[in-house]
Amino acid sequence: MADQRPGRPRHLDLDELLTDRATKVLVCCGSGGVGKTTTAASLALRAAEHGRRVVVLTIDPARRLAQSLGLEELDNEPRTVPGALPPGSGGELQAMMLDMRRTFDEMVAGHTTPERAQAIFDNPFYQTISTSFSGTQEYMAMEKLGQLTATGTWDLVVVDTPPSRSALDFLDAPQRLSSFLDGRMIRLLSAPARAGGNAFRKLVGSTFNLFAKAVSTILGGQMLADASAFVQAFDTLFGGFQERANTTYQLLRAPGTAFVVVAAPEPDALREASYFVERLSAEKMPLAGLVLNRTHPVHATLSGARAREGAETLEASRGDRVELRSAPSPDDELAAAVLRLHADRVETAERERRVLGRFTRAHPTVPIVDVPAMATDVHDLEGLREIGRRLAS
Amino acid sequence: MTDQRWPAALAEARLHVVSGKGGTGKTTLAAALALALAAGGRRTLLVEVEGRQGIAQVFDTPPLPYAEQRIAVAPDGGEVRGLSVDAEAALLEYLEMFYNLGLAGRTLRRMGAIEFATTLAPGLRDVLLTGKVKECVGRTVGEDRRGGRRVPLYDAVVLDAPPTGRVVKFLDVTKAMGSLARTGPIHSQSEGVVELLHSPQTAVHLVTQLEDLPVQETLDTVDEIREAGLPMGAVLVNRVRPSRLPATALTGAATGAGLGAGLRSGLEAAGLFLKDDEVDGLVSETVEHAERVQVEAAVRSRLDAAGLPQLELPELTEGVDLGGIYELAELLREQGVR
Repeated sequence: MADQRPGRPRHLDLDELLTDRATKVLVCCGSGGVGKTTTAASLALRAAEHGRRVVVLTIDPARRLAQSLGLEELDNEPRTVPGALPPGSGGELQAMMLDMRRTFDEMVAGHTTPERAQAIFDNPFYQTISTSFSGTQEYMAMEKLGQLTATGTWDLVVVDTPPSRSALDFLDAPQRLSSFLDGRMIRLLSAPARAGGNAFRKLVGSTFNLFAKAVSTILGGQMLADASAFVQAFDTLFGGFQERANTTYQLLRAPGTAFVVVAAPEPDALREASYFVERLSAEKMPLAGLVLNRTHPVHATLSGARAREGAETLEASRGDRVELRSAPSPDDELAAAVLRLHADRVETAERERRVLGRFTRAHPTVPIVDVPAMATDVHDLEGLREIGRRLAS
Repeated sequence: MTDQRWPAALAEARLHVVSGKGGTGKTTLAAALALALAAGGRRTLLVEVEGRQGIAQVFDTPPLPYAEQRIAVAPDGGEVRGLSVDAEAALLEYLEMFYNLGLAGRTLRRMGAIEFATTLAPGLRDVLLTGKVKECVGRTVGEDRRGGRRVPLYDAVVLDAPPTGRVVKFLDVTKAMGSLARTGPIHSQSEGVVELLHSPQTAVHLVTQLEDLPVQETLDTVDEIREAGLPMGAVLVNRVRPSRLPATALTGAATGAGLGAGLRSGLEAAGLFLKDDEVDGLVSETVEHAERVQVEAAVRSRLDAAGLPQLELPELTEGVDLGGIYELAELLREQGVR
């Protein structure tokens, strides 16, 4: 059909993806403000309606969306979404919201003795790392994804990615945190004279000492001491953590995983989507396609120019009537307004097509589905179902 | 006469912080504001702090280095400069200034030491970024020949700040300083930053759209800003679309009831004889529009209740390019921005 015309991107068939039993993990990514969380929740609900046992991991949902998923309780465990499915439908929908501190705590506790874990929890520096380090949220989202898939309780895990400034952060953050925790730099900073050996000392020598001194002046000696104690306590866990992060990374490359990139028809969002598509391909991670959210397709083929012309004709005749002091016709007034509206809409749709065109020229093989904008924000299950229908159409 | 949309207090501010929910057009309006404030032969600086090169994209220039450079000229001779602040470069700048590290800084950067230091204390990044902004606001040039008084280099500095979810944390430098040493050059400069950010010299503006979530997030952030004792500026309502429908038709149109017959006769008067499905298509577009107008009216009254100065910017249907920025700047001027 229309999809077969040359120059048009392939259509992304999400129902096929969701009902395919081979799809085990679905990752929704994209830049902030494009509707990632809503998309993830709608896809999860739709898959459950198709009889799959699904869990959706949300990161930071808007309050009312969280409520609609029954996510008032924050216990870092999936809960059944009340009222999502009719009884006996065969499917299952659970949802959870990531609690990164708890996920981190559990990860530490699972890798060491209770005494050592306690020593880590008590370190003031751990509190910084586990709550406000840039990248912890991303790392913990991946950790939780690993845990959820490992249990085998669900046959599809849908995951929302953190609202980072760039869509790529979520792939890079675990690595960043790992290289931070590997401890080389912190050992140098806390004891630059001893670490690194002779060759290294010769290389950077006094510069580094000066730098270490400057940094400890800025950050305070106590912080460096805490950080150093933390990294030492962490050393024994570190191998385990690294391995775990690698396993999750492998999971993202596994055949059962699919990425859905979400974007709005705006230049910024599509630029981010472009970077993401390139990165996924470089990492050999499987991209299912692009969800283009909140589009404004036209519903009538009347051209913008003809609509505008028609509106002008009606407005001119209204002007004449005013001069003749006869009452303006409400039908004409309505029709003029409707025609103006349509002309606006044609213009908006054209702009959206142009913006999308830049993306499809760079990535002609990426399947796309567009989701027409809704008048109101989605904050209940019925809204999620409607988005699901639009996603699958 | 003072324009309530841009009260006199805002005209006094020299640091304009612009935040907003992601996707509402924060960077675009920060750029338009910098351009509007440059009118009349003034000089403004537009600063970004998230390394996104958003300024370069908006003004269609090559990526900005860590240096202030001219990016636009106001119609009557004013000038906008742009700067992309990077925390690591700012830290190096400090180290060079106070510890005389010189060229070694580059080696440290290559080793990853600089990045490491800024990640070690998450608060340090924000302190460094706001510190650089404060330095730009306070920088003076030349000497007035008569009085020997130095004048500020920039008449105004516009900061394209992090989005609403993070902005208060970003600006709450006092808290960030808690994680740093209590003495030293960065500490004493941070005290100056705190003073500037909590003074009438600063105004925090929020960009929003007439939709449920962005407005809710704006109102929540207004509370946070006030709680943190930061000076709240104006709400910039972006992408306002004209309500095309006559008020009388609006309520009925939202349900689509009885729209068809009257519409068809009006269309025929315009010389348009359309097929049924075409008319149906126009009706469904109109229903969507009417629904949206109703949502907009509801969220607008919630926004009005906050009692803040409000400026409105229209949706540019053809998209925002450089010409669009000039158009938005002009519209800001018309609403009293100076």
